[in-house]
Amino acid sequence: MYIIVVGAGKVGWNLARELLDKGHEVTLIENDRRRYLTVEQELEHNVSYGDASELWVLERAGIQRADMVIAVTGDDEDNMLICQVAKEKYLVDQIIARVNNPRNRRHFDLLGIKPSVSATDLILRLLEHEVPEYGLVHLLDLQEEQLEIIEMLLGKDSGVTGRRVGDLQMPEGSLLISVLREGKGFVPNADTVLQEGDEILAVLDPGKEEDLKVLFGPEGNGNGTGG
Amino acid sequence: MLREGHQVSCLDEDPESHARLEVGLEKSWEDLGGQFTVGAGLETEALEAAGIEGADVFIASTDGDNTNIVISQIAQRRYEVPTVIARVLDPLRAEWYQRQGLNTVCPTRVAIDLLEGEVRNAAGRGGSTDDTPAAA
Repeated sequence: MYIIVVGAGKVGWNLARELLDKGHEVTLIENDRRRYLTVEQELEHNVSYGDASELWVLERAGIQRADMVIAVTGDDEDNMLICQVAKEKYLVDQIIARVNNPRNRRHFDLLGIKPSVSATDLILRLLEHEVPEYGLVHLLDLQEEQLEIIEMLLGKDSGVTGRRVGDLQMPEGSLLISVLREGKGFVPNADTVLQEGDEILAVLDPGKEEDLKVLFGPEGNGNGTGG
Repeated sequence: MLREGHQVSCLDEDPESHARLEVGLEKSWEDLGGQFTVGAGLETEALEAAGIEGADVFIASTDGDNTNIVISQIAQRRYEVPTVIARVLDPLRAEWYQRQGLNTVCPTRVAIDLLEGEVRNAAGRGGSTDDTPAAA
């Protein structure tokens, strides 16, 4: 694949290096002269100097034949517009944009820039994973498909341990897809009895996390929020 | 625009810009009916505080092309402001976004046209011989 990466900061440089190692053709574009010279010592002709907001810089990098454009500069507006012209003017198949300020994510969505990746959001998710009181971890968001997959550890205070899966009243728009027990995963059936220490995976419509937290949390009795 | 009787609201990151608005005015900006909000154009809260929701016209003319292009698309798509105008210095992008349905004004283009006009005028007055074709 031919991939254009914009922004040779830590993210862009390492990304370009890894993509090159995997055998892809890569052009990394950087608009800071000093940074460009530093990176150019290692990546040589794979780095190009210029402001990728300008169309001729993208064209010089060969955007017309690019399969993918990844914009990871430290400026959200740059990332949005680079991806917008890549997609709408040059008809690049695949774009990926970095979101620096999570508050700007809705602007990316508004301009149709998908997928967008926010390091801050990822760290928040890690925090959710590390801080037990949150209890629930986002494993995957399928924005386009309007689905997400979450993981939850059943603590000893969980209200559903010792209960049959068939007796749980899962909220509408959610489905228990797997149970991880003692390092092994299996697909539960109605007769599976949940135990303390089980990690459950569920697929759900966005916005159902709270219902699941209540169902599987300390106050949960397996009967859902409605009773 | 204020003098013509329109309601005008300015949004700027720099509180000092307010003083610039009042240069040459006989009364304060607010006394003349103007509104001034300090905030960043990408913050929807700031846009809303400045009254974007009831606006008939939205003009993005910060000193950054990218900011202007992004904010004016937000004004178009999120707030559905009927008339949106963006100042874009880069002639290539001004032209492309214009074709995409975004009203752009390109000061660079305007300056080039004016300068070219001046050069043609000068040439027309016979001030230069450079434009006479060289004998082959």
